[in-house]
Amino acid sequence: MNEEEYSKRSDIDRAPGDQNEDEDLDVVKGVRGYVIGLIAASLLTAASFWFATTDLIYEPGLPVFLVALAIGQMGVHLVFFLHITTGPDNSNNVLALAFGTLIVALVLFGSIWIMAHLNHGMSNGQMHDMMRGM
Amino acid sequence: MAEHSREAAEWSPITGKLAWNSIPWEEPIPLIAAAAVGSVLFGTLIWVWRAGYVPYLWREWITSVDHKRIGIMYCIFALVMLIRGFSDAVLMRTHQDLMYNNGGYLPAEHYDQIFTAHGVIMIFFVAMPFLTGLMNFAVPLQLGVRDVAFPTLNNVSFWLTASGALLVNISLVVGEFAKTGWVVYPPLSELRFSPGVGVDYYLWALQIAGVGTLLAGVNLVTTILKMRAPGMGYTRMPMFCWTSLAANLLIVAAFPILTATMAMLLLDRYLDFHFFTNELGGNAMMFVNLVWAWGHPEVYILVLPVFGIFSEVVSTFSSKPLFGYRSMIVATMVICVLSFMVWLHHFFTMGAGADVNGVFGVTTMIIAVPTGVKVFNWLFTMFRGRIRFTTPMLYSIGFVVTFVIGGASGVLLAIPPVDFVLHNTLFLVAHFHNIVIPAVLFGLFAGYTYWFPKAFGFKLDERWGKRAFWCWIIGFYIAFMPLYVLGLMGMQRRMSAHYVKAWEPWLIVASVGSAIIALGIAAMAVQLYVSIRNRAALRDDTGDPWDGRTLEWMTTSPPPSYNFAVLPDVSHEEAYWSLKEGAREKKRLSDRPDYEPIEMPRNSPTGFITAFFTTVLGFAAVWHIWWLVILGVLGAWATFTIFAWRDHHEFEIPADEVERLDRERREAKAQLLGIPKEATA
Repeated sequence: MNEEEYSKRSDIDRAPGDQNEDEDLDVVKGVRGYVIGLIAASLLTAASFWFATTDLIYEPGLPVFLVALAIGQMGVHLVFFLHITTGPDNSNNVLALAFGTLIVALVLFGSIWIMAHLNHGMSNGQMHDMMRGM
Repeated sequence: MAEHSREAAEWSPITGKLAWNSIPWEEPIPLIAAAAVGSVLFGTLIWVWRAGYVPYLWREWITSVDHKRIGIMYCIFALVMLIRGFSDAVLMRTHQDLMYNNGGYLPAEHYDQIFTAHGVIMIFFVAMPFLTGLMNFAVPLQLGVRDVAFPTLNNVSFWLTASGALLVNISLVVGEFAKTGWVVYPPLSELRFSPGVGVDYYLWALQIAGVGTLLAGVNLVTTILKMRAPGMGYTRMPMFCWTSLAANLLIVAAFPILTATMAMLLLDRYLDFHFFTNELGGNAMMFVNLVWAWGHPEVYILVLPVFGIFSEVVSTFSSKPLFGYRSMIVATMVICVLSFMVWLHHFFTMGAGADVNGVFGVTTMIIAVPTGVKVFNWLFTMFRGRIRFTTPMLYSIGFVVTFVIGGASGVLLAIPPVDFVLHNTLFLVAHFHNIVIPAVLFGLFAGYTYWFPKAFGFKLDERWGKRAFWCWIIGFYIAFMPLYVLGLMGMQRRMSAHYVKAWEPWLIVASVGSAIIALGIAAMAVQLYVSIRNRAALRDDTGDPWDGRTLEWMTTSPPPSYNFAVLPDVSHEEAYWSLKEGAREKKRLSDRPDYEPIEMPRNSPTGFITAFFTTVLGFAAVWHIWWLVILGVLGAWATFTIFAWRDHHEFEIPADEVERLDRERREAKAQLLGIPKEATA
């Protein structure tokens, strides 16, 4: 079975969020994915606020828990809204996501590292040492 | 501050900060230049109007969504702006000749605007649009498809770029341009130190043109990833498509950084934010960091596509396949990623420690490795090839030799201690011109000469082309080698006065070089004129004037609006070359295909009207005319809303029309390949 046949067969289990262009006319099917996504995203958002205001979670562990919820949130967005799946015709999207993530990481961590170093180089202690040497 | 009286105009709700004295009446040079350009422009418009070309231009060019025509408009636009940018360069060189002991002939604040405008125009409005133009023109043809992915968006991109350029040129007469250098470092570019409208012109022009660039990038990435001819896998794409893909991925990744950084500076200047100010927690060094996180990928956005052009040219005129095709792809994509890991080398001296500088110095040097791979691939492509020394090939050879020198000085500057000595000197200026001129400009000229017959159906005159090449390369060496020497002698960049006698002779030699480059530009103008006059003799009837290897040479010159009557079936790395070989061997063309009607997108004035409103928006925002800003936003928004609700967006070309045109093409091809006519049926 080649890729084209594969993606056309709807009886084979499909990844959630996978969108087949031939089936786009079916409004109910098209909307269902977005509704599931909206509900999941809302639940995750509400959960993060709710857990932060109760003492259900051991307090020092709360930040880690929130990060976990945030990662789940990203996953929901990627799957249900951006339709990133592991399907055979999705490699462009996955590669674009990987490239984007790499660039954002490089610029973000690079900037933090550089800026931290600049401030370090200009710190009072060093200036003080330089002045004393003069 | 008496001479800056035009900056201190009162704000009025109707005209904002704009007033009669916003126009620099006391400065003759911009006024005379603007009057000259204005009268040429006005004369041309009158001539076009009188000759009755306006409806034709409107229908066939201004509103065109044909990728080839948009590409040609980009190139014409870039060539016009090249003249503007070069005039700025001549003003700077002559000023520096005369500035020993007396400060030259340009007022310092005018000189500052000129070096800023030179950089901005050459990068954003010459190199970028010229590249986008060539990519627009050639990439869909090379991929064997009918248009780019989003044809109307393509037209919008072009006009947004033109809108930004128009704002820069308006600043020549109404107000002033930035006096800060082309990357507007704060705190100098903050309201406190640059209270005039110059930096605002810069920011709005770049924001508007930047949207155009980003949209063009999205368009070309989508085209290359999603719209290739049947059978053209990634490893069968021509090299120019690969380098275009890499460059446009960089555009999509890097230009948002520029937009965000400029937006923060706009907030600082308009709404009293403090991202980059000295006081209230602002940090000017963050701007420098961010602007180069865009700025270094930008270098590769400019240089990667021309690497592709050189690859096509060298392979075609050496009559050989490109040496090391796959290593070229790997090198391109490695450069694409590495270009995001080196940006600190633009500010080694800003105060980061030895660790940071060391790491970025090493990553910078690593980029020379894939680049070196490319240079050897070009050399081995030429090796034992049957080289034809045409103008594009001369540019390519001139490029390899000169670019290696520029690259070597770059590796030198990548050593942080060396950079501490040489930063901000003319050595740096010499280095980046040594990259940008032989690589980017020569590549663009090679591409221009190479694809000109495809675009217009006749070749450019070779004699004048070669004269232009020799003027450019000799002029380049004489103009920029002295700057290396001056840099080593300690001369700073952007100086408008000096008292060092020893610098003077070198500066004069550099000016002689710029005069020779001027001859090169003149030779290019003559070449165009002579070629149009002799177009009958230079006509290209076969669509394949250079014995090409890629698909753009398969169709006619100029190609029909739909490019290919039937999309070609690709079964080899060099799609068109293998088809030609097959036809020669079998003594017949491929079977006559079944022609079908072709649907093409309709032309649309959306881009032009949107750009009109964005120009209004930019101008009004510069002068704080708030009601006009609102009008501009509403106009631009309404235009694309109306476009989104259109009913008819395609028209059909009937099958027999397609067949008729393709029959002519097949006959010409049969003649080219020495195949008897009856075999074309």
